Amino acid sequence: MRLETILNLLIPAILLATALIASAMDAPYIITLATRAAILALAAVGLNFALGLGGLVSLGHAAFFGIGGYAMGILAFHAQTYAPLWGVIEGTRSMPVIWIVAVIASAFAALVIGALSLRTSGVYFIMITLAFGQMLFYFAISWPAYGGEDGLSIYIRNDFPGVNTLVPINFFLICFALLAAVMVLFDRLTKSPFGLALQAGRQNPARAEAVGLTPYRLRLVAFVISGAITGLAGALFADLNRFISPGMLSWQMSGELIVLIVLGGLARLSGPVAGAMLFVMLEYVLEGLSTYWHIYLGAILLGVVLFARGGLIGLVAGREVAHE
Amino acid sequence: MSEVLLETRAICKRFGALQASKDVGLTLRAGEIHALIGPNGAGKSTLIAQISGALAPDSGSVIFEGRDVTRLPTPARARMGLARTFQISALAMEFTVLQNVVLGALGARGRVYRFFGNVMRDKVLLERAEVALEQVGLSEFRNFFTGELSHGQRRQLEVAVALTLQPKVFVMDEPMAGLGAEGSHRLTGFLDGLRQRAPILLVEHDMDAVFALADRISVLVYGEVVATGTADEIRANPLVREAYLGEGGAA
Repeated sequence: MRLETILNLLIPAILLATALIASAMDAPYIITLATRAAILALAAVGLNFALGLGGLVSLGHAAFFGIGGYAMGILAFHAQTYAPLWGVIEGTRSMPVIWIVAVIASAFAALVIGALSLRTSGVYFIMITLAFGQMLFYFAISWPAYGGEDGLSIYIRNDFPGVNTLVPINFFLICFALLAAVMVLFDRLTKSPFGLALQAGRQNPARAEAVGLTPYRLRLVAFVISGAITGLAGALFADLNRFISPGMLSWQMSGELIVLIVLGGLARLSGPVAGAMLFVMLEYVLEGLSTYWHIYLGAILLGVVLFARGGLIGLVAGREVAHE
Repeated sequence: MSEVLLETRAICKRFGALQASKDVGLTLRAGEIHALIGPNGAGKSTLIAQISGALAPDSGSVIFEGRDVTRLPTPARARMGLARTFQISALAMEFTVLQNVVLGALGARGRVYRFFGNVMRDKVLLERAEVALEQVGLSEFRNFFTGELSHGQRRQLEVAVALTLQPKVFVMDEPMAGLGAEGSHRLTGFLDGLRQRAPILLVEHDMDAVFALADRISVLVYGEVVATGTADEIRANPLVREAYLGEGGAA
């Protein structure tokens, strides 16, 4: 087995083992950290579709993360107040329903934002995705119905059929299962005809066009898939915290997702997962030392960018093997 | 006379004060190699860009297989069977050699929006790709990353990708550039046989290759076609001698 394949199995396994051991030792705080890592990893795997495979530096992915979060918040809010949305739509506390709404809403937003943004490239693309993200951020701040600037608390975690989601390890396993499923999807897509075409468009758009491919369309599809998955992660993140706020939509959140991917390894299957685990671990360890722990994170990031361009995965596994 | 597959009609393109194409009318017939020569800055690459779809002419039209394709974007022209090679290699540098040719085969086959199934295990695409590598002599480098290839090998790979498209016409922008005598000689032999499969519009600076290969030659000077004819006619044309070959004769 290739080293990278081993890492792709090992890294999620470490995350799973951490949560299971913490559960056995009755350490719910560690389980919460593992859940947080799994959800951030899911969001970052989502972004990796656009950023890693498509080469689309989106500084607006927090928009999809936030849309997923608000999808959960709004549905659960109407369920807990028994006041239907616009007098007709009942809220819900069912996770699968919330996920579907979150995925559809963020996919639709990605379609609109992507269709406009992808007409530009380079710095302009970064700026226009940032602008869309900020638009949604300020909209959320000035929208009093769901807490505005203060955010919105959801008192009870939502339900999953047949599972008691209030038990921390159960909720972790739900998040982990979704992460694993999306990783399988990422792996398949990378090797698929679409994946080859998308990556060719990233490396050399003129080449892609000369063989009859349309990079714009390929990128738009990748952007929608990417937004949908990040949106799903947003819904889970909201359920983890039982709280939503405009902070989920902030551009710092978008930046954080990019950092996770660069730390772990751009376009690598388990890169974002390794990045998210490292990030949460550093947050936990360094936050105890200093409030300004981001300085240390910055130093590490600098090191990775300067000396290990392939991120953690690239450092250990070297260059990716494309085929036999 | 055999059928005209590709034609430009009165193409004009201007960049500010520079007239890059001036009433350019060219035809490419089945089975021929039509070479386009001209001094640096004559507008050869600009013309190629307009034929392949990368650049829109100010006026005039491009006719491919009897259809006006002037307004069609590059990918649509490629899917119709117009294969272009680039003057400066345009390859996916992070891909392996094999991935680059499989990409060409995929583009030609279509059905790109498949999200499952390993494209590098698709027998039809792989076979087409391997055949193309074989033809240009790159088979043993199939697992190399494209970025690791020498300049000459990249030129060969450019041609191999064009082959995977199984096109109706080839438009090649200086395929011999930087190849060296031996490589240039080999490619000349290869292109010689290729015209049977699809005609080639060949932009080339290597005059030995041009005069050895071309059924017809057009000379472009300051964006304008000053002469079209067989190799002998072009050699004898006083206008060409003056404008391009130089009074002395040999280029």
